Amino acid sequence: MSMNEIHPMDKLIRADRMPHIWCSGCGLGTNFTCYLTAMEKSGLDLDKCVIVSGIGCTGRIPGYTNIDSFHTTHGRAIPFALGLKLANPELTVTVFSGDGDLFAIGGNHFIHAARRNVDINIICVNNFNYGMTGGQFGPTTPLDAITTTSPYGNYEHPFNLVDLAAASGAVYVARWTSIHVRRLTKSIQEALLKKGFTFIEIISPCPTNYGRRNKLGDGLDEMKYYREHSIIKHGINPKEADLSFNGEIVVGKFVDIDKPTFLDNQPDMSQMSVNNKK
Amino acid sequence: MRNIKPAVLTGEHFMNGDYACAEGALACGCRFFAGYPITPATEISEKMSRRMPEVGGIFIQMEDEMASMNAILGASWAGVKSMTATSGPGFSLMMENFGLGIMMEVPCVLVNIQRGGPSTGLPTLVGQQDMMQARWGSHGDYEVIALTPSSPQEMFDFTIKAFNLSEKYRLPVLLMSDEIVGHMTEKIVIPKEKDIKIVNRKKPEKYTDKYLMYKADKDLVPPMANAGEGYKVITTGLTHDEKGYPAMNAEAQEKLIKRLCDKILKNKADIIETQERETEDAEIIVVAYGSPARSALSAVKLARKEGIKAGLLRLITVWPFPDEKILEVANKAKTIIVPEINRGQIVREVERCSHDKCHVISLPKLGDIHTPYEILKVIKEVNK
Ligand SMILES: Cc1ncc(C[n+]2csc(CCOP(=O)(O)OP(=O)(O)O)c2C)c(N)n1
Ligand code: SF4
Ligand SMILES: [Mg+2]
Repeated sequence: MSMNEIHPMDKLIRADRMPHIWCSGCGLGTNFTCYLTAMEKSGLDLDKCVIVSGIGCTGRIPGYTNIDSFHTTHGRAIPFALGLKLANPELTVTVFSGDGDLFAIGGNHFIHAARRNVDINIICVNNFNYGMTGGQFGPTTPLDAITTTSPYGNYEHPFNLVDLAAASGAVYVARWTSIHVRRLTKSIQEALLKKGFTFIEIISPCPTNYGRRNKLGDGLDEMKYYREHSIIKHGINPKEADLSFNGEIVVGKFVDIDKPTFLDNQPDMSQMSVNNKK
Repeated sequence: MRNIKPAVLTGEHFMNGDYACAEGALACGCRFFAGYPITPATEISEKMSRRMPEVGGIFIQMEDEMASMNAILGASWAGVKSMTATSGPGFSLMMENFGLGIMMEVPCVLVNIQRGGPSTGLPTLVGQQDMMQARWGSHGDYEVIALTPSSPQEMFDFTIKAFNLSEKYRLPVLLMSDEIVGHMTEKIVIPKEKDIKIVNRKKPEKYTDKYLMYKADKDLVPPMANAGEGYKVITTGLTHDEKGYPAMNAEAQEKLIKRLCDKILKNKADIIETQERETEDAEIIVVAYGSPARSALSAVKLARKEGIKAGLLRLITVWPFPDEKILEVANKAKTIIVPEINRGQIVREVERCSHDKCHVISLPKLGDIHTPYEILKVIKEVNK
């Protein structure tokens, strides 16, 4: 590509920050593109779109996004995003972060923001491990998977994130993989425009740390695996949205409901009179 | 029909320190409060839960103090003045993202109504044991601003001062109060709205491609673009350059951390406030802050009645520490006495700054305030 050619995404990325830090074969580039495309298609005013992350490989996404972007501390993206949204309801606030960030160190913030139905969007890249720190097991690592801190196979049960999100009160819950570019983009677009707490899980390859140790091949092999093993089951109970180590990956949109948000439920003071006397 | 009160409750009130703190925040434009209940700071949350809806602001009770601290950082980036309040155990949890606030340069106010520690300690009894945590509690090198009120009136006044300093120097400012001041009820006077001095953050010029997130002006403080204004804010807890881009090298670290410290240190004259009573000719000077400063003042007055040349230097700003002022009084006095409701924290700073020019005595006490007579007793012993 010659220097003066413009990439279609140039407007939305901070091109002067390229090259990015991600490994070749990583799913993050694809996931990022889906998000940017969705944001563009949504018709939202980009000056009012905000992206927030915690720490991790996924957490680097805001720094490459050419909108208001916040790279916070490990696990704390959600309360930070909540502060942004409640202080300025005009903003469309999206948290883009990793499975460890959002569900280990940040798990408590996730369930409470969902319970309150704060109008923010959460996109979680689930690569089944802590990518950035070199591939340790985390709260989504399948049983028996090998990681740098589960050398004999993981002996902890993982979360089913979509079930957790639905049970905690999210009004929109979907799961896709990095290969579902079109569907994932559409889903992100829906979430951006949806009022309330939305959650999208993206199953994504981390060939460097997770794929390699678990003999899943390179990034492309993982993508092929997703294509062959995922089945779309819209509307099923997220409890039944299976995600096993070597078996099927249930994807789809599981929840899409409406209920009042945290701001909708604020006390109505309009019926009260202003008393300027002390 | 219930009445809604205005944001500034101009007039005289009989109010406790915690409520006065909340009213001070509202009076200077704070419109976002996030907190988690904890004795003896809970009354601030309670007051805010009632008052925020009245003034069109947001009160949110978070799931913990890490969340509270982050929520106020986010709210401040959205352009809304924000505050949280806690005590020891919560203060520990806030330290993580207090550091993020320092790094991202976020104006906001963190109130600590100190109780006894460590751990759950003495929930209902006074302490000043978090003074060094205020200074060094988050990891890394940085400078902080911490104010120590001694009365409900000062809870009101210093909360406003804390907001003004936070907006001016772009950092979370600490209001290091204590249980006695928080729970004490006294008369407070709230001025007219127009008489309240309010400082707001510097804003950048209209957006141009040349706008740099962290390019500081001469005062070492960068103008602040809020989210949603079209500036394409980029900010991170990582070491960063003037653009706000992560910069993983020694030069960037040196440059950023030095500026973050210097913006406070080079403006000490503007930031630091102390108060002196009868120090002119004093041979014995009590250096105190927070609630013990009240006992110290009584002790000094009693000593003067007995013909002892005693004086009081009260610290209003504990951090940055008034090094020069301490040296000045150390040069005049024979003895400095430092009563604190801890095992002796600020006394170390007093010793450091007095350069052996006079004798420094620590007067520690735990779980309760010193009576004036306890301080007077030491003054008299020294005077022998
Ligand atoms: C408080 C704290 N503890 C630990 C770390 C180290 N750390 C950085 S990223 C990370 C895990 C990231 O995993 P995940 O959220 O799954 O993101 P990924 O890298 O896989 O995208 C950890 C533990 C940190 N930055 N802060
Ligand atoms: S370590 Fe894994 S998640 Fe991180 S960039 Fe490399 S492949 Fe992607
Ligand atoms: Mg991960």
